[in-house]
Amino acid sequence: MAKTLTVALAGNPNVGKTALFNNITGARQHVANWPGVTVEKKEGKVRLNDYEITVIDLPGTYSLSPYSLEEIIARNFIVDEKPDVVINVVDASNLERNLFLSAQIIDLGAKMVFALNMIDTAASRGIQIDQHRLAELWGVPVVPTVANRNQGTRELLEAAIRTAEERDPVARHIHIHYGTDVEAALVKIEALLAGEPGLSEGHYPRWLATKLLELDPDAIRRLEKSSQKDRVMAQVEESRRQLEKTWGEDAAVLVAERRYGFLGGTVREVQREDLNRRVVLSEQVDKVLTHQLFGFPIFLFFIWLLFQMTFTLGELPMNWIEAGVASSKDAVQTWLPEGWGRDLLASGVIGGVGAVLVFLPQIMLLFLGISFLDDTGYMARVAFIMDRIMHALGLHGKSFIPMLMGFGCNVPAIMATRGLGSHRDRVLTMLLIPLMSCSARLPVYVLFAGVFFPRRAGQVIFGLYVFGIAMSVLLGMLFNRFLLRGQEEPFVMELPPYRLPALRGVIVHMWDKVTIYLKRMGTVILAASIIIWFLGAYPKNPELPEKFEQERVRLAASFLAKAEALKDRQDFAALCLNLEQEKAAALTELAQKQKAEEMAHTFIGRVGAAMEPFMRPLGFDWRMSVSIVSGFVAKEIVVSTLGVLFEAGEVEEEATEGLQQAIKASGLTSASALAFMVFVLLYTPCLATIVTLWRESGALKWMFFSITYQLLLAWSAAWVIVQLGRFLGLG
Amino acid sequence: MAVKKLSEFLPGESGIVERVTGTGPFRQRLLEMGLTRGVRVEMEKTAPLGDPTEYVVKGYHISLRRGEADLIILNMESEEGI
Repeated sequence: MAKTLTVALAGNPNVGKTALFNNITGARQHVANWPGVTVEKKEGKVRLNDYEITVIDLPGTYSLSPYSLEEIIARNFIVDEKPDVVINVVDASNLERNLFLSAQIIDLGAKMVFALNMIDTAASRGIQIDQHRLAELWGVPVVPTVANRNQGTRELLEAAIRTAEERDPVARHIHIHYGTDVEAALVKIEALLAGEPGLSEGHYPRWLATKLLELDPDAIRRLEKSSQKDRVMAQVEESRRQLEKTWGEDAAVLVAERRYGFLGGTVREVQREDLNRRVVLSEQVDKVLTHQLFGFPIFLFFIWLLFQMTFTLGELPMNWIEAGVASSKDAVQTWLPEGWGRDLLASGVIGGVGAVLVFLPQIMLLFLGISFLDDTGYMARVAFIMDRIMHALGLHGKSFIPMLMGFGCNVPAIMATRGLGSHRDRVLTMLLIPLMSCSARLPVYVLFAGVFFPRRAGQVIFGLYVFGIAMSVLLGMLFNRFLLRGQEEPFVMELPPYRLPALRGVIVHMWDKVTIYLKRMGTVILAASIIIWFLGAYPKNPELPEKFEQERVRLAASFLAKAEALKDRQDFAALCLNLEQEKAAALTELAQKQKAEEMAHTFIGRVGAAMEPFMRPLGFDWRMSVSIVSGFVAKEIVVSTLGVLFEAGEVEEEATEGLQQAIKASGLTSASALAFMVFVLLYTPCLATIVTLWRESGALKWMFFSITYQLLLAWSAAWVIVQLGRFLGLG
Repeated sequence: MAVKKLSEFLPGESGIVERVTGTGPFRQRLLEMGLTRGVRVEMEKTAPLGDPTEYVVKGYHISLRRGEADLIILNMESEEGI
């Protein structure tokens, strides 16, 4: 029986923590979410010596303060789950800033090992670190690593095991001295905590006392259950007053300064820097990439490339998948006997699987691109360049890429919000992405703009895209003001040096997204597709086939009678040919009519028809209502539903002339046509987007909020357009 | 020595942090990133749209919005002193 060990990986963002995690665990890892939130939790296992080691990759953070979800998760894991060892990944070329987090981990009383990573980059920049002196000063074993080239991984794990077994010669627990006055205050608070159940074990009291002194809201929550709460808080207030009086500074500042004082001292002791060899290449590259004039064009080029790669290149495999799905459907329909089982398999299951698989190429390509941009360090520059604009929406510059990808497809775009730093930014971005008009909505615009604004179709369609963006700006400001108020996080962002990414890291990153999508999204989308298929196919009207069969018989009989009457004419053969054609046309018309009546009889048809009174003020008839209802599944379906209901025959994505004429003939006003396009632009994009939004925001409430606000917005905007149209006399 | 807000620095100018004003998470985050009293900060460049701005602190590059840089008061270093 192997002994078990839990190791947590902690460290700043951009220090190669993920690469190290991949080195340690190899293929034996899986991604899940932290309970209740959608911050990624990566866990892996590795066997070494007699140990089965579980490695948990904590979110990359600069600190363990309680102001972001990621930091609270990392901190709570160390405090509450008590991993046997914390491996703290430290960027050797940026020691001082990285050690700030280390100092906080020390305060938490965790056993720690340093992975002094990117030691090669540091050396190339003229930075030498005395690792033995560092280990001695901090009482923490130090292992130099180069995660990109998988160096030092085994040594690191061995050091972790030694530290867990308390066999390592250097490992000991140190206290960072926060100055006489702060220390005196800590002693007083600790004394009150002593003997309190749950608050007094190990090094916990010192950490808690420090955090209380900083008025850390999470620490105060931990005190909630204690009977001593009031006395402790009274002491905290008293100590804070005294410190403020003596130092003229807040206790949090004093602690941070003392901590950095200790870090500065450490760096002076252990680091030798050759100032002549400072970088250099990275800074030269950056001068070009964020240049006042060239920065933007270069940026636009990269983004265009990413967009093209994802959506244009991604369309190829998407078409293969669609073709594959279609031919399996055909095969099932050919080889299985007719019945509900065949329909379920062909349309429900295969259609549902197809609906899931079809997004896969885009997700793979998009995340390949994003993790490449991320790992090179360019993503931070994207945020740097775009922040001014995104800030107006209450967002961080990093939200730009997910928003932009929304124009291709909302599903991968919402998944791309995983790269954002804070949960709040993720939710806000996810709520706004559906307003970016995805490519599936275009056929609807093409159809209606083509019929009602034939000479200005291009301008109208362009206007719709701009309108979506304008709405996102407006709603971004509203949500920011009223919904997520006061939670905006500081922008303070590191601009890491440019690096060549490791291929392996990029691929692992992409693979993570694919598995998340297939496992967590796929199941739900599949189930939902089957339900929607059912609602769109049932109940069947048993009288319809018979009724139309009779119609067909009657039709055939009437043509036969006509032919009979013409029998004696000389040009009988030519007339017969004409009659045949007429008959074929009449039969097609009948088939289309049957399809339309069948659809009207299903649940979706009934719901759509029942919606008609709500849609009437917008000038939409029942057929348009039904197409809006079925458009919940996907926007492609809007056009094909219209095709069926307007009895214009089979319509794939591209509208046919028949459908255009049928719509024109229906008496729809051009104002209502515009209103319909706006409605399609603004209301819930598709089932997969809804599901993705639910899974990615981690809460059903955001999903329902998104659906509700979009329906209200779509209806109101459409209504305003119809009223304006009437006012201007376009109705 | 001239006292200036960090947001008023021009490219290439540097100074020593005198104090960090403001409250709550913003200030906390600035402190955590190493913007404490006595630290040398150099202004590197502004983003093409005029905000945010890139600075060098403790050998690494950091980007701050104008509102955040407003919170940091520094003593200017003379040009020759660099």
